[in-house]
Amino acid sequence: MKPDAIPGRALALGTTVSIVTLLVLIPLAVVVLTASGLSVSGLREALLSPRALAAFRLTFVASLAAASVDLIAGTFVAWVLVRYRFVGDVFLDALVNVPLAMPTAVTGIALATLYAPTGSAGRVLTTIGLHVGYTQLGVWLALTFVGFPFAVRTVQPVLAAMPSHFEEAAASLGASRAATLARVTLPLLGPAILTGFALALARALGEYGSVIFISGNMPLRTEIAPLLIVTRLEEYDYQGAAAIATVLLVASLLALVAINTIQRRLAVARVA
Amino acid sequence: MKRVFPYLLASLLVVLGATVARADTASTTLLNVSYDPTRELYTAYNALFAKHWKAQTGETVTINQSHGGSGAQARSVIEGLEADVVTLALAYDIDAISSKGKLLASDWAKAFPDNSSPYTSTIVLVVRKGNPKAIHDWGDLVRPGVAVITANPKTGGGARWNFLAAYAYGLRASHGDDAKARAFVTALYKNVPVLDSGARGSTTTFTERGIGDVLIAWENEAILTTREHPGDYEIVVPRWSILAEPPVAVVDVNAKKHGTTKLAHEYLAYLYSPEAQLLECEQGYRPRLTSVYGKCKTHFAVTDLTTIAAFGGWQAAQARFFSDGGIFDQIYQPSK
Repeated sequence: MKPDAIPGRALALGTTVSIVTLLVLIPLAVVVLTASGLSVSGLREALLSPRALAAFRLTFVASLAAASVDLIAGTFVAWVLVRYRFVGDVFLDALVNVPLAMPTAVTGIALATLYAPTGSAGRVLTTIGLHVGYTQLGVWLALTFVGFPFAVRTVQPVLAAMPSHFEEAAASLGASRAATLARVTLPLLGPAILTGFALALARALGEYGSVIFISGNMPLRTEIAPLLIVTRLEEYDYQGAAAIATVLLVASLLALVAINTIQRRLAVARVA
Repeated sequence: MKRVFPYLLASLLVVLGATVARADTASTTLLNVSYDPTRELYTAYNALFAKHWKAQTGETVTINQSHGGSGAQARSVIEGLEADVVTLALAYDIDAISSKGKLLASDWAKAFPDNSSPYTSTIVLVVRKGNPKAIHDWGDLVRPGVAVITANPKTGGGARWNFLAAYAYGLRASHGDDAKARAFVTALYKNVPVLDSGARGSTTTFTERGIGDVLIAWENEAILTTREHPGDYEIVVPRWSILAEPPVAVVDVNAKKHGTTKLAHEYLAYLYSPEAQLLECEQGYRPRLTSVYGKCKTHFAVTDLTTIAAFGGWQAAQARFFSDGGIFDQIYQPSK
């Protein structure tokens, strides 16, 4: 083999593979292996009971909704943080990371305290008929909160690296502001926005700590799939727990792979 | 790929080093793996026991405690947390350590008196100051408009006692009619707006969030709550409840490995001594030694208690009520 221009290829690759194997692949393999011990009827019971189906539906719908809102809000916030200078911008920038740094249980308890029907925000919202605490809306809110930094942090660096003269050129060529945004800015940001969406989605699918405090955990209504995993574990049903976990894992993985594929297509299309 | 080897070796050495370091600190330390509400009890008891052990043997003993949900704690022990003794909420969880972990004999409950439960507790009702919803017994919990706070029995040991206490009431109120008992618990859980995953979570929902009219709780948790918030809550002792027997056991395999068998045994046996029984009583647990009742400041109301034996023991109760598709799941089946 011809020696690589960049030195240390074998070492770098070897280290990477062992890190990924130790930290990610082995734990994942254990989960899938544990689940594979189930019989077909056991699998059906673990995944297709009305309770499991309801939990999956809630987890997927709430996660998609949360990631979608994060996508819009995150792109907007990233835009403001990159394009404008204002008093306290550094502080605001740091604040975006708080959901990542906060222990999820603290997030959950804080949200529950605020949005419970007796909480300060919950009381106001209840008067206009909006029930957040201990409802599916509460699940969505917690998931939106934990996914938000991903949406901002993926778009922000791309936006910062994108020189504003693209937009200026478009404007000088007579494009309206809306057209500049739609035809120039957003297409350039597309891959980053999609990545943010996928990361927020993957995070939301597996989120447990912050949700269980605000969801109320009612079977069939506000019980999320990760809580079902804990429920199965509590029954010493490791295989049932692993089966549910595998579904969530595969869903996350599919989302991430799909986004990667779309990005490559976009990149190829742009070069062509 | 050859170059990967040194990195794998290095991480292996780190893991090995950590294991050796842990194994070295044996002999006079003891790890007690317990459930959530016993934190205060065992902090006090460990000091008492250390004094007792010192007087008896001259050795200084360090006792480490670990607390969490009873089931999660049992799983940690099965998966390798090297507990010398376990003091959990239900016999079912110690049974699991025996059957799934093979860490102690299946007849562990015979090792100490009274089914290896040195203290007992029961399930009581906690209401807000002045008892605005006039709740006096279980029957009041199914009235429309009464919000009941209890945890999910699938994820919490204490919550399982709550469920069985309610079911026992349903049975006794209907003179043993199973269908009526089921209808009763179904109606009761319809009045539950939030199912927390554990007993401490329920207490927080009730006290800190102000949700619900009545909290179903361990008697010792209820006593603790009324002590912490004097005047805010009242304990309602129902006419009938269940005798909760939180069991203790030496984890034989681990104790033998650590050379702590004798110490572990004495640690649990001493829980039955008059000094320890008085301490347990002060902490809100019902002591087995009735002679300490007079000396202890905690007052326990006399109430008629059903035992777990009435449900055929924990294994049978677990299978019937809390297994996948069991009676608790049926309560939450979609209405057809």
